[in-house]
Amino acid sequence: MGCGRVGAELATVLDREGHQVTVLDIDPDSFAQLPPDFGGRVIVGNGIDQDVLQRVGVGEADAFVAVTPGDNRNAMASQMAKHLFGVRKVLCRIFDPIREEMYHNLGMETISPTRVMAGLLKEALEREPAETSPDG
Amino acid sequence: MYIIIVGGGKVGYYLAKQLVEDGHEVLIIEKEAARCEQISAELGDIALRGDGCEGATLDSAGTGRADLFIAVTGDDEDNLVACQVAKTKFSVPRAVSRINNPKNEAIFKKLGIDTTVSSTAVIMAHIEQELPSHPLISLMTLRGGGLEIVEVKIPRQAAVVGKRIKELLLPQQSLIILTIDEEGTPRIPTDDTVVRAGDEVMAVTRRESQDALRAVLTGKPTTTQEGA
Repeated sequence: MGCGRVGAELATVLDREGHQVTVLDIDPDSFAQLPPDFGGRVIVGNGIDQDVLQRVGVGEADAFVAVTPGDNRNAMASQMAKHLFGVRKVLCRIFDPIREEMYHNLGMETISPTRVMAGLLKEALEREPAETSPDG
Repeated sequence: MYIIIVGGGKVGYYLAKQLVEDGHEVLIIEKEAARCEQISAELGDIALRGDGCEGATLDSAGTGRADLFIAVTGDDEDNLVACQVAKTKFSVPRAVSRINNPKNEAIFKKLGIDTTVSSTAVIMAHIEQELPSHPLISLMTLRGGGLEIVEVKIPRQAAVVGKRIKELLLPQQSLIILTIDEEGTPRIPTDDTVVRAGDEVMAVTRRESQDALRAVLTGKPTTTQEGA
């Protein structure tokens, strides 16, 4: 759910690996980010509408990933996928680290790009400045 | 009571106005600065600018001491998250959420929101009241437990017409609480109150018993025993 940069990239990788992928987005133009040879399904619809989730067949999905730009939309859709449709693997992106932690504590599998990125940057900062070697 | 309202649109504004008049301590959390100023100009200093889904905002709003938390923005996802943050991080005893898509009621309940109010559902109920094909209307969901207050209009040919309340085989945990006859006279029924055609009957019932209750109150004579 959410065909932005991350959603489109993930869908493309999974499609190439042979998974059956459906991409859901409210904006039909967003699918232009998918490669021309993308083999999955694309569906225009609102991922926090349970009728849409039903139509897309979320109940039969092995995994659901919410990566729209909206933390709240992601949190709501993920909880619907998990609690209404019983999807086993639900991944939810939440930028706000505080909300991310809260939903993690509520049993959701969450990722905060803010926290991850800040961590990576800090780690990189603490390393000795790289030598000029391009692969350093 | 200390009441926090998230969303300073029309619903939030009029709700706050009424609650202030009733003597409650009210705070509106609203994202837009201009809207905040407008509210403060009209209702006094009761608007806090901020995102009602953010822990920091809710913290500075004193959510920890709120008796009631109400989310009435136009977006269901924002209302849900605001209520979940209030309940989970601030242990607010009671969270009420406006929902726009009536179908979201179930998931909100499941996720611990105490009360949901759907204007769409309320308007639908009013429309359904005018339609003879909808003999049972859900008026209100009571907190917890899945109990509902429903209204049933007794059809002319119903098997229950002429029977006394105590003779009715109502589903478990269903209770008739009020009857209004065709002249518009309300009555709190006793065991001996006789059901008449055209009565509007208000009952408390479990959600899963709605169909059974409808069958008892509106079924034709041959189907009286159904659902009992």
